[in-house]
Amino acid sequence: MSINLKRRFWAAGLILLFFVGWELFCVISGMSDLILPRPSQVLATLVQRFPVLWPHILQTLATTMLGFVLGVALGVVLGAIIGVSRTAYDTAYPLLIGFSSIPKVAVVPIFVLWFGSGTVPAVLTSLSICFFPIVVNIATGLATTEPEMEDVLKALGASKFDILWNVGLPRTMPFFFASLKVAITYAFVGTVLAETVASNRGIGNVMMTASSNFNVPLVFAGLFILAGLGVALYVAFSLIEMRVTGWATRKNDFAAA
Amino acid sequence: MKFAIVKGAPPEPASPTRAALAVELSQTSVTFGSGASAVPALSETTMRIPDGEFVALVGPSGCGKSTILRLVSGLVQPSTGAVIVGGREIAAKALRIGMAFQNPTMLPWLTIEQNVMLPLKIVEPFRSRFRQEKRGGFRDKVHGLLAQVGLSGFAGKYPWQLSGGMLQRANLCRALIHEPRMLLLDEPFGALDQFTREELWAILQELWLAHRPTVLLVTHDLREAGFLASRICVMSARPGRILDDSPVEFARPRSIAMTFEPDFVALNQRLRELIVDARSAQTAGSA
Ligand SMILES: Nc1ncnc2c1ncn2[C@@H]1O[C@H](COP(=O)(O)OP(=O)(O)O)[C@@H](O)[C@H]1O
Ligand SMILES: [Mg+2]
Repeated sequence: MSINLKRRFWAAGLILLFFVGWELFCVISGMSDLILPRPSQVLATLVQRFPVLWPHILQTLATTMLGFVLGVALGVVLGAIIGVSRTAYDTAYPLLIGFSSIPKVAVVPIFVLWFGSGTVPAVLTSLSICFFPIVVNIATGLATTEPEMEDVLKALGASKFDILWNVGLPRTMPFFFASLKVAITYAFVGTVLAETVASNRGIGNVMMTASSNFNVPLVFAGLFILAGLGVALYVAFSLIEMRVTGWATRKNDFAAA
Repeated sequence: MKFAIVKGAPPEPASPTRAALAVELSQTSVTFGSGASAVPALSETTMRIPDGEFVALVGPSGCGKSTILRLVSGLVQPSTGAVIVGGREIAAKALRIGMAFQNPTMLPWLTIEQNVMLPLKIVEPFRSRFRQEKRGGFRDKVHGLLAQVGLSGFAGKYPWQLSGGMLQRANLCRALIHEPRMLLLDEPFGALDQFTREELWAILQELWLAHRPTVLLVTHDLREAGFLASRICVMSARPGRILDDSPVEFARPRSIAMTFEPDFVALNQRLRELIVDARSAQTAGSA
């Protein structure tokens, strides 16, 4: 068995073990399903309520993707400006750090105040959480060109644009795709956060409503959906990353083989 | 050929030898920073390098050797004096220049062939023909040069698949692919083991004999300087100036065995003493 396959086998085994352990714990301890429902119960709820849940899943996904796309666009533009210009870096960085360290729960009420509750504040929240890792990674990637490489190219008479196009951008790609992976997860968190606070649609809202009705299995069903979506989005962007910037990791694969 | 003067150089009488000069520093000095934090890197240095010559620059570290290369390539402007390269202002990047450092800086996402081809994407007249010729003439050109340095089978490989010595050969190819008239090498073999280094000396000598660019080589290795150069300049400690300038007249092509002959060893010995003196002068000065 290859090392990779073995690793996957163990990872799958651990997940299975986790759910079996959970199920056994509930059965043996006689835990009330108002506190911790059994995973089999959650799964049953999930299947049974799926037709009702489906539009909410789509709502959460659509909001997340919209916030993500806008966040990436904003992040790329800001990151490029900061990464290319030393002055922009020095002036804008403190502001960005300040902005990024505000807990995003705190901005949701402001968005609601401005735009009412619903999809708009959810998109904005997810955007404002996910753009920051993009900015940092783009800026870092662009700013870290080897000085010798730059000298070689400048001595050839290369323009700033030549250097950016041939070295800066390709070198930034692995940073960019790595940050997409992080950003999509953040965007997801932002959406659900806003939905729980201020929306009448989406998985976040379903969980909130279920919780106030003491429908605990449904709350957990929502949690399962979120975990599933989160993993799916992460995996999708990991696959894209691997395809596009394989050169950055190829050396490691080689060493392991 | 007409020579333009970059910065406040004293007018000099025209001499018949000037037309053959590739590089001329006259009373050139460089100071980094200003005020209290000013670092004088190069004190008034005068140096003339005829076209097609192979000059080695040796001296204590930090004495301004790299600064001279950066002056010639136009990456640094002189604080006073003039730098005249190929008869035109260096700011105009008139002379085609190839550069290589100790760090081979191959781009990891490109194959060796694509890495070596990079200058053709940037330098005219190749640049405007790049799209049409990157799979045709340019490709043959790259493969030809790779063959000359013994990298025939490696064009399609990625940098991480090559050893340090092979990367440095590819680096030499990248520095030469656009047929530069001037090759600037900053301790190119400094990170290699002794045997690989000697292999590369032979390769560089062959390349030089085949293409005859003007070469300015910075090195710490006096054997390397003696083996490769037709002239060796010894620099003083920082701020540097040229202490000694001697021709190296051994016949070419030179062999590694030659570096153990008495004449060669004597040259080495003399250069070594000059540098040791320069270093102790610096220590005494700063004490
Ligand atoms: N960009 C720079 N800014 C300030 N000081 C510099 C810069 N480049 C070089 N120096 C200083 O100038 C001196 C000469 O540097 P360099 O030419 O690199 O020496 P070397 O002979 O070792 O190649 C050194 O003391 C170095 O610290
Ligand atoms: Mg140096």
